[in-house]
Amino acid sequence: MRSLERRESFTNRLLGSDGTVSVLVVLLGFLVGTILVWMVGKNPLNMYKAILQSLSGYNVDNGKMNVRYIGETLNYAVPFILCGFSMAFAARAGLFNIGGEGQYIMGLTVAQVIGLLGPNVAGLHWMLAILGAMCIGAVWGGLVGLLKAKFEVSEVVSTIMLNYVALYLSRIICLQLPGATTYKTANYPETALLSNGLFRSLTNNSMLNNGFYLMLLSVVVYWFIMEKTNLGFGLRATGFNREAARCSGIPVVKSIAISMAIAGAFAGLAGGIVALGSFRYGRVLAGMDNYGFNGIAVALVGNNTAIGTMLAGFLFGMLKNAQALMQGKQIPKEITFIIQGLIVVFIALRSAIAIYLAWRSKRQLQKEVLAK
Amino acid sequence: MNTLIGMIPSVLMIVSPILITAVGGMISEKSGVVNIALEGLMGIGACAAASAHVLMESAGLGMPSIWLSLAIGALIGAAFSAIHAVAAINLNADQTISGTGINLLADGVTIFAAQILFSADRTREFKMGMQTDKLGIYPTAYIAVIVVLLAWFVLYKLPFGMHLRACGEHPHAADSVGINVKRIRYIAVLSSGLLAGLAGGCIVLTQTIQYTSNTINGRGFIALAAVSFGRWRPVGVTFAAFLFGTAQAFAIIANNFPALRVLPTEVFNILPYVITLIALVVFSGKNYAPRANGKPYVKGAS
Repeated sequence: MRSLERRESFTNRLLGSDGTVSVLVVLLGFLVGTILVWMVGKNPLNMYKAILQSLSGYNVDNGKMNVRYIGETLNYAVPFILCGFSMAFAARAGLFNIGGEGQYIMGLTVAQVIGLLGPNVAGLHWMLAILGAMCIGAVWGGLVGLLKAKFEVSEVVSTIMLNYVALYLSRIICLQLPGATTYKTANYPETALLSNGLFRSLTNNSMLNNGFYLMLLSVVVYWFIMEKTNLGFGLRATGFNREAARCSGIPVVKSIAISMAIAGAFAGLAGGIVALGSFRYGRVLAGMDNYGFNGIAVALVGNNTAIGTMLAGFLFGMLKNAQALMQGKQIPKEITFIIQGLIVVFIALRSAIAIYLAWRSKRQLQKEVLAK
Repeated sequence: MNTLIGMIPSVLMIVSPILITAVGGMISEKSGVVNIALEGLMGIGACAAASAHVLMESAGLGMPSIWLSLAIGALIGAAFSAIHAVAAINLNADQTISGTGINLLADGVTIFAAQILFSADRTREFKMGMQTDKLGIYPTAYIAVIVVLLAWFVLYKLPFGMHLRACGEHPHAADSVGINVKRIRYIAVLSSGLLAGLAGGCIVLTQTIQYTSNTINGRGFIALAAVSFGRWRPVGVTFAAFLFGTAQAFAIIANNFPALRVLPTEVFNILPYVITLIALVVFSGKNYAPRANGKPYVKGAS
């Protein structure tokens, strides 16, 4: 009897902890993905070989090591993590920010404009561009917060609309930039680039750049604002129960607008880093980069915490870097999109766990009552 | 004037799939389930219809192939929406999360299927798409008209429609008079998937010759916006779909108008989204959405 109780409480604890559930969800996503690859007659082992190579740089097939893959994985992870923070920050205040993509695009656009037209002063130039990217991201996000707080416009609809406004606005702006063709602009001056000589030499010329530092700084800032400041407390209180927060004197309208603005700044930063870190020229976007949309998944897997979101971002960066390797091993790279989608679907289905736990405790209660 | 009349067929071609999808989204939201997966479901329907048509065409099936592929697209759209139905209706999941999941999943599944079937990141081109009638109008326009009229009749003239609307306004009251809320919501979500899949097939068979990752390009989200902009009413949704569809059509045919040629085509692409945003602000205050929209129904809890 004793051991049974302990076992049951273990299940309860396992399914009650957000962290373990996230790990389970990710494993389940990979499991279904693996089965799918196997069902279409490909060798799932090749998929894992590609993932291992993007994670460690080690190529199983020829035994060679190339640290460049590690650098690329880390570089891909940066925008995922920052867009994850964009979703997570708003989610903590009870808002669903699907607008990370639009905020990211606006950040990218402004960074490109300043990168191409800004002052060619070493040090100052890229900082100005990044700052501009964050500001426009904050405006793009804050607008949603304002519409929500003042006019009760659903943030889900307004963010989706603003994503497309951002995409086409970005095209209009970037087509006017110097040297613009239908898909790219002229090269940036050296002073606009985020490249970092130390990282380059450490990772065998990968694209890893100063954006990595900015990402690490953002992790600390996110954690600090959320857990240690009055502002963060007010936001979380608003997220838990809007009415209760209002009654305890927390300015709810301001909270919503500020949280969306900060969320937008994170996504704008991601856009700025991708624009000046991963490319040497400005891009005229033909479609979405999808970092913003995947940021939703990243934040959901990371349970909106600073460390969790960072780890989830690395996972997604790894998958993205593995795509080209998979394609080379005859595994369609889209399997990574499928795994990411499955992970989000399974996270939605995790509400089943609460139903299951409630059903179990009810049944146990019934048993106890009957035993008496 | 002649150019304006000449525009009508292409406007109808672009409006029809948006309208069909928007009606599906409206039905789902009327029953109380938000379906932001419309975009992904359209993609899945489009990919299924395109693949089916290519395969049947090369098997020498001829014209019936088009109608069969449309049906296949619709059915596969419905099958995928079942994921959303189970999550939202049985498991009380967050409907925005599960819809986002399906959208992400659709990006992967469609191109993955193309990679397996055709070894490319797009489906193989088909030779013959849907054919226009004597007036130059595609049959999809008539399908859209039928869908709207049918939806209006079922929602407002049949007891079933009243039950469906009751589930979206006050599911507890509906349940208390013996309406099976879960069953009705299932029917509503599956029909939205069916219509989105059908619309995806319509796009691919009229506007292009293959499915690529760019085929849908946000039209599912436009349909979603048309539902809010049309205030969850068939007439309003039809009007909204026409407005947005015309704006999209202008992006393609603006070249015929010297006065419009000075504007970048992106201006017309932006219009639907900006109009929706402005409308949401102007109409704010009064909430036209079904009251229980997006809220899971838990029996007994209030």
